[in-house]
Amino acid sequence: MNGMQESTPLLVLDDVHASYGNIHALKGVSLRVEEGEIVTLIGSNGAGKSTTLRTISGLMRARAGKILFRGEDLQARAAHELVALGVALVPEGRRVFARLSVTENLEMGAWHRGNNQGIASDIDYAFTLFPRLGERRNQLAGTMSGGEQQMLATARALMSRPSLLLMDEPSMGLAPVLVETIFETIEQINSEGTTILLVEQNAQMALGVASRGYVLQSGNIVLDDDAASLRENPVVQKAYLGMD
Amino acid sequence: MTQTRTVSRNKLFGIPLPAGHTGVDLIISALRIIIVALIIIGAGNTLLEGRFTFEQWLALLFAGLAQGSIYALIALGYTLVYGILRMINFAHGDVFMAGAFTTVFLANSFRQSGFLDSQPLLAILILMGFAALVSMTVAVLLERIAYRPLRNAPRLVPLITAIGASFFIQYTFRGLFGSGFKAYPTVAFLRGTFSVGSINVPIAQLFVFVSAIVLMICLYWLVERTRIGKAMRSVSEDKEVATLMGVNIDLIIVFTFAIGGALAGAAGVINGLFRPQGVNFFMGFFPGIKAFTAAVLGGIGNIPGAMLGGMFLGVIEAIGPNLVLNGLGIPSANQLKDVIAFTMLVLVLIFRPQGILGERLSAEKA
Repeated sequence: MNGMQESTPLLVLDDVHASYGNIHALKGVSLRVEEGEIVTLIGSNGAGKSTTLRTISGLMRARAGKILFRGEDLQARAAHELVALGVALVPEGRRVFARLSVTENLEMGAWHRGNNQGIASDIDYAFTLFPRLGERRNQLAGTMSGGEQQMLATARALMSRPSLLLMDEPSMGLAPVLVETIFETIEQINSEGTTILLVEQNAQMALGVASRGYVLQSGNIVLDDDAASLRENPVVQKAYLGMD
Repeated sequence: MTQTRTVSRNKLFGIPLPAGHTGVDLIISALRIIIVALIIIGAGNTLLEGRFTFEQWLALLFAGLAQGSIYALIALGYTLVYGILRMINFAHGDVFMAGAFTTVFLANSFRQSGFLDSQPLLAILILMGFAALVSMTVAVLLERIAYRPLRNAPRLVPLITAIGASFFIQYTFRGLFGSGFKAYPTVAFLRGTFSVGSINVPIAQLFVFVSAIVLMICLYWLVERTRIGKAMRSVSEDKEVATLMGVNIDLIIVFTFAIGGALAGAAGVINGLFRPQGVNFFMGFFPGIKAFTAAVLGGIGNIPGAMLGGMFLGVIEAIGPNLVLNGLGIPSANQLKDVIAFTMLVLVLIFRPQGILGERLSAEKA
């Protein structure tokens, strides 16, 4: 596709199975994310999109299969070690630390970097990326609106200087105008060199920014194509883009 | 589809109640009025009769603040652990005992060598440090052995384990040091009084209060201003997301138990020097329950709440019997101070379950 296939992909999932108790949520998911891409994972509610991201980020253990990040097996690592390798997750529902201030939330994003000098300038950078956060730097995160919390959750993940950013439903529950802003930010973050794996229910927007996409259905990858082709695919149009 | 609105009225003894009220609401309101009336009548009687002078009330207040400081230090241990793990560590009173009981031997040897009299402040600091270390060790072992394997068990399981662990610690120390009471040595400079005008404060009370305040300021600074404190606060809010930030949850939990244990150990020495009764293997039980009450009173999981709750409970215990019970004509009111303390607990649970400073617990946290 872009001549990068010969080098090691940034992220590879190979036949990953995961379950919640008796519920088999991922039934052999395989996907690949190359350095510099935006890849999207679309699918309906309960298809296993969030489970895929939770499994990559170590919050859930895969029952079988391999998860390789730069060729290294992530499953051999404890969940709290992944951020230092360069994997960051913007969780579903934002989950900012409500009783910490905006600045403290951002500092938590850089927690693994210790008392590193670069943190203050990264916080300043986050405030230029999201001016609203700068205006509210001393406010408790829990008192902010959903859109502001989404910005904060994104900025917090960026504070770890990730090479791979996993984003889980960043547009969920936001007003359309804010959704536009969030997707513009996603493109900007990507253009500055961060690879993104984006999980979305809003397939229209997701396929708009992504270069490639995977369609997940009941724990299986059923389609795998570049974003433009997926948008033309009648199955995708009918099931996920709301066209008949 | 049209919905029919039904105005269902609850009834108590056949009498319809105001809309939206149940019989329980009515009984609770009645209880509230009765309690307020009793307090006003009792306090009014006592004050009108002029049973105590202003100086005597002040003396009670200071005694209450001193006792409350000790409750507050122990209560912090309950609240810290609850904040992180949402569990009540019912063995925390015995963590307090472990430090106090072990250190009594060191205190007496300091006394015999003359160190306690020649360098009292330094000696007391060393004793507090030693007790903190002992209690910290017990608390950390408790977490590692009794609680960590049960972290994902149903909530009742660690609670029952805590009660078992409490007995285990008590009888281990009974086996080690015997069942008799051992008294802390008296320190000369703590026996004086500090006078401002006609107000006399025993130095021992002042010492307890000041040490507790210093320790609480240190704790507050640790939690609010340091890197590890920020991690503790984030773990208390959301363990998964804290993990995503690279925080090792186990380490933070161990650290939290260690801090709570250290405060309890220091409180053990302060308590030993302040109260002449001496220490034994069972000494942790009542202060533990009282401190738990204080933590709930202030709002469990809330650090300033535990401090305030401890002080509040100490003062209520000291003043309440004399002010309210005396006025109601109840004999030997001071022996009923535990009744006051636990009545307070019940009242808080009925009227303000989230405590003085607590927020209403959401379903996810409760």
